[in-house]
Amino acid sequence: MEYFLQQLINGVTLGAIYGLIAIGYTMVYGIIGMINFAHGDIFMIGAFIALIAFLALVAIGVTAVPLALFLVLLIAMALTSLYGWTVERFAYRPLRHSFRLAPLISAIGMSIALQNYVQIVQGARVKPLPPLIGGGYTIIDSPVFVVQLSNVQILVVLTTVALMAVFSWIVANTRLGRDMRACEQDLKMASLVGVNVDRTISYTFIIGAALAAVAGIMHLLYYGVVDFYIGFVAGVKAFTAAVLGGIGSLPGAMIGGLLIGLIETFWSAYFSIEYKDVAAFSILVIVLIFLPTGILGRPEIEKV
Amino acid sequence: MSAAAPTQDGVPMLAVRGVKTYYGKIIALKGVDLDVHPGEIVALIGANGAGKSTLMMTIFGTPRAREGRILYEGRDITRLPTHEIAKLRIAQAPEGRRIFSRMTVMENLQMGASVADAAHFEEDLARVFRLFPRLKERLHQRGGTLSGGEQQMLAIGRALMSRPRLLLLDEPSLGLAPLLVKQIFSAIRELNERDKLTVFLVEQNAFHALKLAHRGYVMINGQITISGPGRALLKRPEIRAAYLEGSRIEQVQGKR
Repeated sequence: MEYFLQQLINGVTLGAIYGLIAIGYTMVYGIIGMINFAHGDIFMIGAFIALIAFLALVAIGVTAVPLALFLVLLIAMALTSLYGWTVERFAYRPLRHSFRLAPLISAIGMSIALQNYVQIVQGARVKPLPPLIGGGYTIIDSPVFVVQLSNVQILVVLTTVALMAVFSWIVANTRLGRDMRACEQDLKMASLVGVNVDRTISYTFIIGAALAAVAGIMHLLYYGVVDFYIGFVAGVKAFTAAVLGGIGSLPGAMIGGLLIGLIETFWSAYFSIEYKDVAAFSILVIVLIFLPTGILGRPEIEKV
Repeated sequence: MSAAAPTQDGVPMLAVRGVKTYYGKIIALKGVDLDVHPGEIVALIGANGAGKSTLMMTIFGTPRAREGRILYEGRDITRLPTHEIAKLRIAQAPEGRRIFSRMTVMENLQMGASVADAAHFEEDLARVFRLFPRLKERLHQRGGTLSGGEQQMLAIGRALMSRPRLLLLDEPSLGLAPLLVKQIFSAIRELNERDKLTVFLVEQNAFHALKLAHRGYVMINGQITISGPGRALLKRPEIRAAYLEGSRIEQVQGKR
């Protein structure tokens, strides 16, 4: 029981990170119908920017953790958004009216390019960040197993919940959110009523990248290390989460992220940690075969 | 431009000049010329696949005309981005209605008001409800759950929310029961007479359309073949044969 509870805590934390990344996949898919394979690498870039920002802040003497954390959040979100915007503007937009596979291939190319860029600029070695946020709570202190909830885990989950709430509110209630939903449902009609479709798509990439940057920071704080390759695995898992939840659906991405985090953690805990990726990707295959629309995905029903 | 007096005679509100549109290598519009004057209702009739809807969409730049020019109040809009054209207060209720099906009726109307001044939103909303009281009852229902007729009302209502000066309607009667068709057409007439709204409509229902319209055009295979006052067109035997009595289009071409 204690062991289970501990795994549950770990799984929810991991799931929160996947969920944040999955939102970026699902939004872009919803609007322009492409899988942005470079999104995982945008997450990786976010983690790197966060690391560099932390070190730079320490170098200039900002050592108060809450302040540093807040500044890093702002810096990483801003700069990562810029990457997200740039990738869309130069690698996808020119191909928008090309054949369907063109942006997809371009996305794979962008993914490789970003990975190699970071590998060359930052080196291939794993980069550590000294633990900034220590401590936590001991929830159950039994002689068999000690269940702990660390402060980092609390931070990750609370930040994720807050961001998802804000983001869901934006989509449901603001002009930008309405434009995004309109674009998602019918790009041509959206432009007919005067929505600047290109700009709305840019905003989508910017928001997706900003959320991925936060996931990058969380990943950095939680694991304490980054390397140029983290984007690939985390990206594919977040993509799996988006598919599991129903690609195109925002709550689906959140639920899917949580489920993938839990499945992966429990699989590692009770079966085999070596095969945890196999578990996650088996889910992808099974979902695609038996439930292609995902949990919250909708079959297209249009009234004529 | 806007300081000029209402362009009653002379400069048309919408002028289509030698427009050719292609889908890939296939030509859909083979050089279309057409005018819509301020205050008019103009109907474009023709068979399925003649290119009527293509013309409506070409006016909005999607697809773009490969040759020719489209002028709106004397301004060349042929190469303008679609959303910029919408800002010039041309609105369209397009083919297939294209309701945002997972948005509520209210949200659909808000989308229609995208380019309008927020200050007169309530006033425009009231006008739409006056024309189509049904929409008010369905306000918080999702667009996709409406009946066909209600969706058509919503499509027109959404277009009206931008306070257009020119309204493009693509097959407003398609798939509707006769009573609803009557209701929609009387709404169009009311908008034209009371609000001085200029209307350009595409119809397969030639009888209703030509009765309503001041002038009509007939399109065959991507070209305008006949034009004239609506009621005069109704009397032409070749039009009666082709569009009102269910005969074949070739007869029209043969007699021309």
